[in-house]
Amino acid sequence: MLLTNSIATFGRYCLFMKRVFALPDKWKVFGKRVLDEVVKLGVDSIPLVLIISVFIGAVIAIQMQLNIMSPLIPAYTVGLATRDIVLLEFSNSILCLILAGKVGSNIASEIGTMRVTEQIDALEIMGVNSANYLVLPKIIAFVGFMPVLGILCIGTSFIGGWLVAEFTDIITVSRYVYGLQALFQEWYVWYGLIKSLVFAFIIATVASFFGYYVKGGALDVGKASTNGVVSSSILILMFDVILTKLLLQ
Amino acid sequence: MIEVKNITKSFDGVTVLHDVSATFETGKTNLIIGQSGSGKTVMLKSLVGLMRPECGQILFDGRDIMAMNANEVKELRKEIGMLFQGSALFDSETVLGNVMFPLVMFTSMTRGEMLDRAMFCLERVNLKGAENKYPSEISGGMQKRVAIARAIALNPRYLFCDEPNSGLDPRTSILIDELLSDITHEYNMTTVINTHDMNSVLGIGENIIFINKGHREWVGNMNEIYNTTNEALNDFVFATDLFQEVRRYVAENGRRQR
Repeated sequence: MLLTNSIATFGRYCLFMKRVFALPDKWKVFGKRVLDEVVKLGVDSIPLVLIISVFIGAVIAIQMQLNIMSPLIPAYTVGLATRDIVLLEFSNSILCLILAGKVGSNIASEIGTMRVTEQIDALEIMGVNSANYLVLPKIIAFVGFMPVLGILCIGTSFIGGWLVAEFTDIITVSRYVYGLQALFQEWYVWYGLIKSLVFAFIIATVASFFGYYVKGGALDVGKASTNGVVSSSILILMFDVILTKLLLQ
Repeated sequence: MIEVKNITKSFDGVTVLHDVSATFETGKTNLIIGQSGSGKTVMLKSLVGLMRPECGQILFDGRDIMAMNANEVKELRKEIGMLFQGSALFDSETVLGNVMFPLVMFTSMTRGEMLDRAMFCLERVNLKGAENKYPSEISGGMQKRVAIARAIALNPRYLFCDEPNSGLDPRTSILIDELLSDITHEYNMTTVINTHDMNSVLGIGENIIFINKGHREWVGNMNEIYNTTNEALNDFVFATDLFQEVRRYVAENGRRQR
């Protein structure tokens, strides 16, 4: 039963995607909507990303210092480990799990509310492909802006670690900065960006899917929003494993 | 003219519309009436293609919507205006933005021309001055009028209204009814109104189709309804003492024309 339902849901998701990835009715309107969504989903997420990143960067640096306290391990390892954790996991997987909560619930509740208040029906009656009109700009905007959020996250996390080095005595700034630069592998940056693009796509499409097919009232919009966030979070973790296996091994 | 021929629609094995046929005439206000759960909303949604009946035909001036492909349906919908029960205005757009929306999406007008057309439509529904307000800032009656303005912005040939009076006070209901009736005659549209408001039935019902338990039980107009012998229709329309009194008055004194 669960398997059948999952397959049926996946089928509906694929059909939904087919409707979403159609040519827009009017490119000028589409372009304006993409810009609006960039602001709503991307730019408005910057403060959250910056706040979380600076604290997590600081915490990672402190925990690294505590865990690798050994005369056999060079002190700059704190910077190196902080960098790799941020590049490999925090700036993409963890960041996207956090954004699934903010952006995913925003998308699902917005589209869900439009569904229950018949605004989507109104679009359809006018002859507008509502899935394409509402969802494609969100996907383009969020996936397109995700690298910016990822890079901001990386930079701010490093600053968080630097603040720990600057204002505590657990590591010197010079060793921390040396650690950030040591044994750097450029591929880790690309790996993180590729993952974040995939996760952004998952967040935007899964949340839209749950919002678009809401039936009922306000309570159901809330449920759809929760389901959208939970499903996209699980998918992010699943794809994290798959992409790590594919890209790092 | 819209002709419905033998449509049947079921949900999970429960038949909601049984072999229903009806004709909705051009230039008239056509009303679908019936109790809650009688199948009238399913019928209206089937007419506009939001639901697909299992069998039958729905002909828009001879064009069968059920035989059309997605692109043809999309083209047909540009000739359709619809007023939803809850108005369905776009929350993120102003009143003017809502009315301009179909013009922006489907015409190649300049911005000035679109503004002129939108303002004309707003003026037609007596809403000049409210163009910069958001839907949340105006009353339910005003929202309905904005929705009517949006629905007529593209000069549609067919206008569908799903319970246009729901949630409105009697005075505003009458204003909306009169507006819909006037617009229908002015633009020679085929207007289909789904309602269970008795004031609308007796006030603007030029062609009335009564649906009962998914069956089309009666067809007539607002004058003929007073003399109907259909028991279900009598129970539905003249359910209250007030409307029984109205019927008695009309039988004795005749009907006052608008």
